[in-house]
Amino acid sequence: MESLLSLLIWLPIVGGISVLVIGNNRSDLARWLSVAVSIIVFALSLNLWTGFDTSTHGMQFVENIPWISQFNINYHIGIDGISMLLILLTTLSTFLVIIAGWEVIQNRAADYMAAFLIMEGLIIGVFSSLDAILFYVFWEASLIPMLLIVGIWGGQNRVYAAIKFFLYTFLGSVFMLVSLIYMYIQGGSFSLDALNDLPLSLTEQSWIFWAFFLAFAVKVPMFPVHTWLPDAHVQAPTGGSVILAAIMLKMGGYGFFRFSLPITPDASSEFATIVIVLSLIAIVYIGFVALVQKDMKKLIAYSSISHMGFVTLGVFALFSVVKMDVDGQIYSIAGGSLESVYLGLEGAMIQMISHGFISAALFLVVGVLYERLHSRDISSYGGVINSMPKFTGFAVLFALANAGLPGTSGFVGEFMVILGSLQANFWYAFFAAMILIVGAAYTLWMVKRVFWGPIVNSDVSTLSDINTREFFVLAVLALAVLAVGVYPQPLIEVMHVSMINLLEQALTTKLPAAL
Amino acid sequence: MIDYQFNTADLFFALPELFMVAAIALILLLDLFVSERFQNLTYYLTQSTLAITGYFAFNLIGESAVIFDGTFVLDTIGSYFKVFMMIFSIVALVYSRHYLSVHNLLKGEYFILSLLSVFGMMVMVSAHSMLTIYLGLEIMSLSLYTLIAIARDRAVAIEAALKYFVLGAIASGLLLYGMSMIYGITGSLDIGQIAAFATGANLISEQVLILNFGLVFLVIGIAFKFGAVPFHMWVPDVYQGAPTSVTMFLSTVPKIAATAMLVRLLIDGLGGLQAYWADLFMILAILSIGLGSLVALMQTNIKRLLAYSTISHIGFILLGFITGVVEGYGAAAFYVLAYVLMSLTAFGTIIVLNKQGFEADQIVDFRGLSKHSPWFALIMLFVMLSMAGVPPFIGFYSKLFILQQVISAGYIYLAVAAVVFAVISAYYYLQIIKTMYFDDTEKEVTVTAPMDMRIILSINGALILVLGLMPSYWMELAISLF
Repeated sequence: MESLLSLLIWLPIVGGISVLVIGNNRSDLARWLSVAVSIIVFALSLNLWTGFDTSTHGMQFVENIPWISQFNINYHIGIDGISMLLILLTTLSTFLVIIAGWEVIQNRAADYMAAFLIMEGLIIGVFSSLDAILFYVFWEASLIPMLLIVGIWGGQNRVYAAIKFFLYTFLGSVFMLVSLIYMYIQGGSFSLDALNDLPLSLTEQSWIFWAFFLAFAVKVPMFPVHTWLPDAHVQAPTGGSVILAAIMLKMGGYGFFRFSLPITPDASSEFATIVIVLSLIAIVYIGFVALVQKDMKKLIAYSSISHMGFVTLGVFALFSVVKMDVDGQIYSIAGGSLESVYLGLEGAMIQMISHGFISAALFLVVGVLYERLHSRDISSYGGVINSMPKFTGFAVLFALANAGLPGTSGFVGEFMVILGSLQANFWYAFFAAMILIVGAAYTLWMVKRVFWGPIVNSDVSTLSDINTREFFVLAVLALAVLAVGVYPQPLIEVMHVSMINLLEQALTTKLPAAL
Repeated sequence: MIDYQFNTADLFFALPELFMVAAIALILLLDLFVSERFQNLTYYLTQSTLAITGYFAFNLIGESAVIFDGTFVLDTIGSYFKVFMMIFSIVALVYSRHYLSVHNLLKGEYFILSLLSVFGMMVMVSAHSMLTIYLGLEIMSLSLYTLIAIARDRAVAIEAALKYFVLGAIASGLLLYGMSMIYGITGSLDIGQIAAFATGANLISEQVLILNFGLVFLVIGIAFKFGAVPFHMWVPDVYQGAPTSVTMFLSTVPKIAATAMLVRLLIDGLGGLQAYWADLFMILAILSIGLGSLVALMQTNIKRLLAYSTISHIGFILLGFITGVVEGYGAAAFYVLAYVLMSLTAFGTIIVLNKQGFEADQIVDFRGLSKHSPWFALIMLFVMLSMAGVPPFIGFYSKLFILQQVISAGYIYLAVAAVVFAVISAYYYLQIIKTMYFDDTEKEVTVTAPMDMRIILSINGALILVLGLMPSYWMELAISLF
């Protein structure tokens, strides 16, 4: 198919608008249409996987149409191994979210479904843009549906959370816009290829690096700009939390892969230590913060921040492992094997995918409980296993995956990143590995308090176990978590060539003197 | 001067203005004699006049001439500005009629005064002499003062009119003073001759000094008409006090005329002194963006909020002029047109909420709009996000265009300051979205606006998105104007 990517971007948007037109008064029709659109989009997106050529790092499924000719801005889209996986994650999560919101959302159901569909198209646009302004447009536009989702269907404090979320990300992004314009004036193009080749002095790179960093660090989110996330997650409806955790955070990680490393390689190397320290603070400190949470959603939100720390750690650890000599040969400075650097990069990517499944599943688990008892407090529960055995099975599986149990996807990504960072510095690996203990502690402690033990709240005994719809959603995610945990090789194969290319870009200096 | 020969063929180039002034005279007479039953006649005649004038102006696109002894110029930018002014005026009057009819203000004078002020703006747009500029400015301003006072039983409206009149008169005085300085040193009122003098190679420093002295006062006059800080004092009070339909008119079409005045005086006339006035504009621009963004945070009256929002938009427009290159001027022109489009939609949505005897001018009046009238809430959502500069709406591209020019001219710190304030201003735009979408209310919001207004407003709102998706043609057009 010639324009498969465009179809993936615009079909959900057009579908979402149609759902809006159908309106809240005919919400059943709206629900069926939404689920149909999301299934079709997911099925179509599988063609990206089957039609993908794993032997090249070049962009595939490329479309390039002039858009704003005065600024040489093009509608230029295409994917490589990195973005393809994230697009698949997006289409799968949106499908599951729409199923999960089926009966739960009674207030303005059509608007709810439409917001998720439109957001799906915009996020696919983010992951496939090869033009910086196109990227920025999708990046910012995807905030709008999320703002409305949190603000309209959120909890008590939703207005504060929605506006905080929007302003935080907006502030982060505008500096990225300024630096993109600056590079356009230097190089005459907004195309990512041109930006990757643009020589920049270290001062310029440093400014641009921090501008990018602000945009992406807010999204990931990294310590200390993470404070919007617990608010947004706690207040958002279940579906909103799922998309936030599973996909929106990945936009930040993707930004590091696609923008920071290739465009500002020298500055990235220069400041890698700072980023790593911030990542470690997130991993360890936020892990301890998660330990003391009383609210289940807040606990998972903090756990998300902590787990996303592995992504930035894995990415930036490469600068202390390998360097490139003047002939363009990559050599190891830490004495380890060259392969270990891929462990870090690919581990970061696997961690993003895995966190997408696990955090989505955990938020859905909390959502299932919240629908029944309308409480997110850990203390309101206890002994849920007595009334909901099937559900508890899933919940424990996801909790163990979150704690990094071998055999689940959570183990693979974290283990790869830890191995990779061990080559860089023993202490990086040491602190990162600590999260395996803390993570196990806060997750299992929550499981113990919620699912096991005696029933303290009489309402818990009246809980009904999950229905077929909920079972289906959780089962799909459980399969995904186990599949990636047992056999991650296909994912690595798909992204490996892209990662080799990324590593070269990240190590090739762009200083004018060297060129 | 003596050997000036009147040439009948020249009249052709002023056809839009001549037709307009004849039509105004005719409508004024007719309005006296038509009975109450044909009250709408004046309205329809006014709209037809605007449409026909716009058509004449459209047909003159591409022609260029300086006529009437160098006092009147016809060129591409003038013709395009006139066409846009006509289109926006027609839209503004469609919205105004609903407002006027629910507040018992529907009188023929309103439309005639609107036409007169549009005529004044056309004169400003086509002026090629400082005298013509002043004439146009006064025709426009005097009509606007009266329009504000048309709600003569409302104390706030009278106060607004008086305030605008007094401050406007002072600004006119300052502008005239500047003009007299320029006239004194150049010996001519003709823009072309002033330009020749100002770009002359053998200016002595005293001449430059006096030119600059006059320039400062011209800039003040222009800044007043735009409402740029620190000459913005009238804006919030007048916006709040005037009837909403007049506020809407005031905040849209005259800004195009003010841009034209800037172009005629500073670019066509004193383009040689660009480096001097660019410095002044830099201060005006950054103060306007800053103050407009910060003070708006505390407003509860939506007209007052939009007044401060306008001030901040004006800052962005002025930023485009500091670059001193054609693309920068184009960016500013694009911003003006985008701003007018957004502002019309914003005020249109406020007017839609007006009902018989109910003045919607508080932010809380938007409460629950998304439930009862999702379509108009969506339009207001578009406008607010567009004004905040969020893609993919047109307001983003106008900011992008300006920022690109500002950075290209080497003022990165100005661009950074501008975007920081843009984020701050996003907060109050979000407050309106919050009021419409997130707040619960039992109150029913009913929309009683007539169908023509609903259709035009829908197109207007949709354009904010559609032009945002394909801004290319309009950007090219904006650059080609200069």
